[in-house]
Amino acid sequence: MEALISVPVVLPLLAAGLKLAIGRRLRRLQALISVLTLAAVLAVSLILLPVADREGPLVARAGGWEAPIGIALVADRLSTLMLVVSSAVTLCVMIYSLAQAYADQEDRAPLSIFHPAYLIMVAGVSDAFLSGDLFNLFVAFEMLLSGSYVLLTFGGTESRIRAGATYVVMGLASSLLFLVAIAVAYGATGTVSMAQLAERFSVLPQHVKLLVELMLLLVFVVKAAIFPMSAWLPDSYPTAPAPATALFAGLLTKVGIYSIIRLEALLFPGGPVSGLLMWAALLTMLLGVFGAVAQTDIKRMLSFTLVSHIGYMVFGVALSTVAGMAGAVFYVVHHITVQTSLFLVTGMIERRAGTTSLDRLGGLMKLAPLIAVLFFVPAMNLAGIPPMSGFLGKLALIQAGVADGRPMALTLVAGSLMTSLLTLYAVATTWSRAFWRAPPPGIRQTGTVLESEEREDGEDPASRAHGTEGITGRAIVTSVNMPLAMLGSTMALVALALSYTVMAGPLSALAERIATELLAREPYISAVLEGAR
Amino acid sequence: MTASLVPFAASGVLVATGVTLLLERSLVRLLAGVILLGNGVNLLILTAGGPAGEPPILGRSDPDRMADPLPQAMVLTSIVITLGVTAFLLSMVHRSWQLTGGDEVQDDTEDRRVRLRARRGELAQAVLDRQEAYRRMVREQRAELARLEAARHERERREAEELEQRILDVNVDLGRWLQENKDEGLSTERLAERFAEAQRAEDVSKEGRQERVRELRAEFARREREQAERERHIRRRLRTRRREARKQLRAAIRADRERQARAQDPDLEGPDPEEES
Repeated sequence: MEALISVPVVLPLLAAGLKLAIGRRLRRLQALISVLTLAAVLAVSLILLPVADREGPLVARAGGWEAPIGIALVADRLSTLMLVVSSAVTLCVMIYSLAQAYADQEDRAPLSIFHPAYLIMVAGVSDAFLSGDLFNLFVAFEMLLSGSYVLLTFGGTESRIRAGATYVVMGLASSLLFLVAIAVAYGATGTVSMAQLAERFSVLPQHVKLLVELMLLLVFVVKAAIFPMSAWLPDSYPTAPAPATALFAGLLTKVGIYSIIRLEALLFPGGPVSGLLMWAALLTMLLGVFGAVAQTDIKRMLSFTLVSHIGYMVFGVALSTVAGMAGAVFYVVHHITVQTSLFLVTGMIERRAGTTSLDRLGGLMKLAPLIAVLFFVPAMNLAGIPPMSGFLGKLALIQAGVADGRPMALTLVAGSLMTSLLTLYAVATTWSRAFWRAPPPGIRQTGTVLESEEREDGEDPASRAHGTEGITGRAIVTSVNMPLAMLGSTMALVALALSYTVMAGPLSALAERIATELLAREPYISAVLEGAR
Repeated sequence: MTASLVPFAASGVLVATGVTLLLERSLVRLLAGVILLGNGVNLLILTAGGPAGEPPILGRSDPDRMADPLPQAMVLTSIVITLGVTAFLLSMVHRSWQLTGGDEVQDDTEDRRVRLRARRGELAQAVLDRQEAYRRMVREQRAELARLEAARHERERREAEELEQRILDVNVDLGRWLQENKDEGLSTERLAERFAEAQRAEDVSKEGRQERVRELRAEFARREREQAERERHIRRRLRTRRREARKQLRAAIRADRERQARAQDPDLEGPDPEEES
């Protein structure tokens, strides 16, 4: 069973290498490799989850080195749950991007670069969830970031390079800060194994502990796009190819949240920063949603709601009670699925209408009723309409906040209610403008080919800024027929998000067990350090 | 354990320089900043491993005098990673230079668009406010005119009433006079004679009285004229004021539009005239 733990990290890396070696030949085989790899990762995660739930944290030791000397991959309940959700989402997005590339006849370039970058990113995400070592966590971050750098700047168009510059510099700066934090932590404790760090931090003087905690927290706050460090996200995400944006929105910020959960629960339990986190959560929620209300581009609107809803998860973590943590975990699972499916649907809107700007969309309800429904359901889920999972997640968090009873927690409850209401406003306006109202004059006809590179001459600036770019950033064909695989993968994600309502009982029980295990700390530490003592 | 301050200081200087360069807009400087920052951080990790020692190979040196191998491994990893990302950033610099002929990172156009829309909303509000003020002014002037007219009507009505009252009075006087004379027992012929006499007596003064009536009539006509003149004047003034206000409003709207158009320059770049001033 321990051998399986490394599969989600190693297999995508192997596949990426294999695909780079194959190059541009054998396209069918390449697509098959991608899908099979991700399906295998999903299967392994599905096997690991019940085992980890039943038997406690599983540990794989790299190279057979005993902890704390060797690098440990730890699959506890939280890691495996995150793995299951992330691999389900990555599989769906992969199928979607394959279908889109195939339909656009762009499949040569994507297969040779897009897929390896994608797989490396998936490996990085899995590694981040599994890592039991602070330095390995840094390596995992670098893996997923370098994959995402490639995906974000894919095709190298002007807007993507501009957005990529912000994103790459932001990623680099936070990575270097991470290294500084690791250096300080290592200097203070002489170890980078998280289990051992957790033991040794408890005997360190308060100020050293606080310094390391704040530095690490700052790094993860940047990665998760929490308020003072959230400005880069809506700036850089919307220009990327639709499947890449969907994946980033679903997974990358959640890796940050996952790290914050580990940090707060395992390394620094009951630290003094929870008050700080509460403020960050409140401001993230409110400022994010205010930004969302002001946007007229669907992708940007969704990016802002993404920032805003990160606040909910931070809220749960900051409470640091079992109920709060459980709420946060449930919300992470819900949000990964919903946000990804929303971005995927936006990709289909872009394909159908040639733009995602609300100023130039309209009447899609009649033209594409299926897309309208596919957007409506996750949008309402995001806003938290009962009985969908968004409602359940928010309810759990609000109950946890009320049970906590501190004035700040109650303020957060009020703030989250307001955020939910404003989110509903933002998505409802978007939906009614894009789908419900009569189409504005001059809407693009289907079948128009928009060249995104040779558009300087005589085109109005509005359409240049809102330019629509396919995966490679070169051209996009708006089309009536959606490839079945695109529709199917999106529908699968929407249905997955809806199924959380059906599975709400077991899922929230699992979330509660996760929270208990996290806050107990002992199972994790003893599983990793077993044999070392 | 003794730690030398020199590596710490060097690392601090490198990091500070790197951060300063990171704040630049030019991608090449950013790149230089990243390299410096990475070196500073690597130096810090190395320093965190404690003092230098012998190579950490079992069987060759005494474990007590070995250097800590872990930070060195970490530094190696981070050097490789920084190298890779630096290469990527360099390729982005090249691509940016290919596309735009420069390596400056521009502002997000969509951000500017949202900001512009907010300002356009403010401007539209200002135009609406001004229109509302103008309408209020017109309304006030109309009300004033209506009040003036109503006052004139009132005065005329009062004058007419007075006149009727006087005619009534005169009639009543006449009736009384006739009655008095009848009561004195005069015959109708005599009465007619007396009446004629009175008429004659009156005729003498009538000349003067007619003169007076003519005068009054002239006076009245003059007043009437004056009144009309004044009214015309007021109307004219109202018209000019209205025209002027409309002209001002139009000029203001035109200026606003122009400002917007300038701000919506195709590139959406370049200094904003409003922000500069």
